[in-house]
Amino acid sequence: MIKKETASARTRRIIADTVVHVCLAILAIIWLFPIFWVVLTSFRGEKGSYVSSFFPKTYTLDNYKKLFTDTSILNFPQMFMNTLIIAVFCAVISSFFVLSVSYCMSRLRFKMRRPFMNLAMILGLFPGFMSMVAVYYILKAVGLSEGGLIRVALVMVYTGGTGVGFQIAKGFFDTIPKALDEAAFLDGATKFQVFTKVTIPLSKPIIVYTVLTSFMAPWIDFVFAKVICRANAKYFTVSIGLWNMLEKEYIDNWYTCFAAGAVCVSIPVAILFLIMQNCYVEGMAGAVKG
Amino acid sequence: MSKDAEKKGRKKRVNYFETPYTFTNAMKEGSNAVKISMFIMGYANIMHKQIVKGILFLVIEVAYLWYMITNGFYYLAMLPSLGDNAGEEVYNEAKGIYEYQAGDNSILLLLYGVVTLIITVLFVIVWRSTIKSGYKAECLEKEGKRPNTFVQDVKDLFNTNLHKLLMFLPFTGICIFTVLPLIYMITMAFTNYSKEGEHLILFDWVGLENFGRVLDFGGSIGKSFWSVLGWTIIWAFFATGLNYIFGMILGIVINRKGTRFKAFWRFCFVLSIAVPQFVSLLIMRTCLQPEGAVNVLLRNTGIIDQSLPFFTNATWARVTVIVINCWVGIPYTLLQVTGILQNIPAELYESARVDGANAVVTFFKITLPYMLFVTMPYLITQFTGNVNNFNVIFLLSGGNPTPVGSTAGKTDLLVTWLYKLTIDKQYYNLGAVIGILTFIVLAIVALLTYRNTGSYKNEEEFM
Repeated sequence: MIKKETASARTRRIIADTVVHVCLAILAIIWLFPIFWVVLTSFRGEKGSYVSSFFPKTYTLDNYKKLFTDTSILNFPQMFMNTLIIAVFCAVISSFFVLSVSYCMSRLRFKMRRPFMNLAMILGLFPGFMSMVAVYYILKAVGLSEGGLIRVALVMVYTGGTGVGFQIAKGFFDTIPKALDEAAFLDGATKFQVFTKVTIPLSKPIIVYTVLTSFMAPWIDFVFAKVICRANAKYFTVSIGLWNMLEKEYIDNWYTCFAAGAVCVSIPVAILFLIMQNCYVEGMAGAVKG
Repeated sequence: MSKDAEKKGRKKRVNYFETPYTFTNAMKEGSNAVKISMFIMGYANIMHKQIVKGILFLVIEVAYLWYMITNGFYYLAMLPSLGDNAGEEVYNEAKGIYEYQAGDNSILLLLYGVVTLIITVLFVIVWRSTIKSGYKAECLEKEGKRPNTFVQDVKDLFNTNLHKLLMFLPFTGICIFTVLPLIYMITMAFTNYSKEGEHLILFDWVGLENFGRVLDFGGSIGKSFWSVLGWTIIWAFFATGLNYIFGMILGIVINRKGTRFKAFWRFCFVLSIAVPQFVSLLIMRTCLQPEGAVNVLLRNTGIIDQSLPFFTNATWARVTVIVINCWVGIPYTLLQVTGILQNIPAELYESARVDGANAVVTFFKITLPYMLFVTMPYLITQFTGNVNNFNVIFLLSGGNPTPVGSTAGKTDLLVTWLYKLTIDKQYYNLGAVIGILTFIVLAIVALLTYRNTGSYKNEEEFM
């Protein structure tokens, strides 16, 4: 009797497992399909966005070659360098901003702490693009909207407001035992020393996370870059470049190059993202724990 | 009981920061030196041997006065009218030609006016703190203690005042790139700065007129507003809810005991986040066009005769953006919930199984309530994020399909409509009004829910 039941339970379990695995496989294919499609398109021999078959008829590397050598209309290498330079500065400055604000919010107690947290919450409710036009006028009034200074302007725009995004790092700092700080105070350390010598060395995952998110911001943002660069093609970032390749006047010649460019941008971003995935999960676990 | 405890807790927190060196005390009990420093900032500090500090205060005062005399008063005076001089051609006799003489530029006058107001507010704050600081130095000296020297003050920045040192630059950044633009934009909502009626260089204050236009059910802008608002809320609700539920189910399925290759499945889904959003969204947009890859392939295989109207039919477009947003959002939810799901006490599931509950009942009775309790703040952030979800709509459908003669498309959210009104149409005042209204909608949602969540209240216990 008992044996029979376990046997039927086993069959049921096997059926359930099979169903689950088949479903997961189908879902995984759906999720990976667009990525697979871009990679395939980037090697497509036929030009234009019109396709008549799923797999390309001819395969070629010309799309990549054209992307990096044909700089007369859309200068992709330069856009890539622009974005890289901006991203490096962003990573340094915003990480400093985010980490120091988070530390203050987590460990220090001062009168303006609550008001600041409320301010950050209120600011988060305004649509970010609402201030975009105003930011442009401010940059113009200061004289940062022309020439090489556009790069400086972009760095400032990407880093300026990052201090409001302290929640995740704060959640992480909250999980570091306070006893460590107190031990350091007993040894005569100042608060600054505790920050640099105790908290920071213990926060590797969240530092990696913060640095990488700030580094990725300029690669991902499209709207601010477009408003601030306007027609200054010399200072375009990759996202504007890729967007332009899909505009009506370029799409016939540049569609497959767009795919190649998308692959070139995605690979470094994806690698960075996968490195920081663990840090992300760890940081979130701290922030959501409540 | 909890309310009482809360009240007490709050009182205690206030006491924690209380000091006798307040502005009112300084006014009542301060000596003449303190009162003189109302006019000559830093005088009391200099009198009490805090010379560098006092001189710094004085420098700030001189700088402020110099700015106000050279520029500030002019900008403040121009603020009510925002300039009337349209600029004109003036005959230059020496050269014998007509020269264009620049008139007033309202947008710049408004910006400088707002900046001057902010500088003045900051100055008042500094002014109050100099009086407090002078009074404190005086009191300390009376008690026979020595007020901090400048070197000690600087050292304090690394210890008791570390927050001032660390917060200074980030806070300045926030003020210049977030707060100032916001105030500036908000003031625009009360002007007629718009391409309508050619008010792009010179414009005036119009009070609440723009709000009336946007909220008016009868007008064309008003009609668009209410339909866009309705769609925005439907969108935010479905985008948040579906992502949350399906992401959680996916997480449970991957984490269940029988599933093998857990890391591999997770990798498959996470990989789609790793590709920059604008890349994947632009690809989907091109694939879903009437002559895009999806339609062509489906037509060639004979499944359909005509192209599917992914972005040309209103209902199709709305469903498409919600479904694609699931593609974008579910992996994020998966990442967020994986850790928390493993924290749900196993004995809850054990007893549910003993009681004979099946998987569906367990999900709705145990998993969902637990998750809702823990991740409420996350859900609210997601909801506000979706109301302001510019990327998905802008890059996918661009708000289309747009009815003829309307400024807003059928899939436009308030944010994308705001973008269209300001960047494409140059109706800056209406854009600003919509931004403010979006904020009000979100603030109501956030206030109703956020303040009641456990994690917001518990944060207090943390000290």
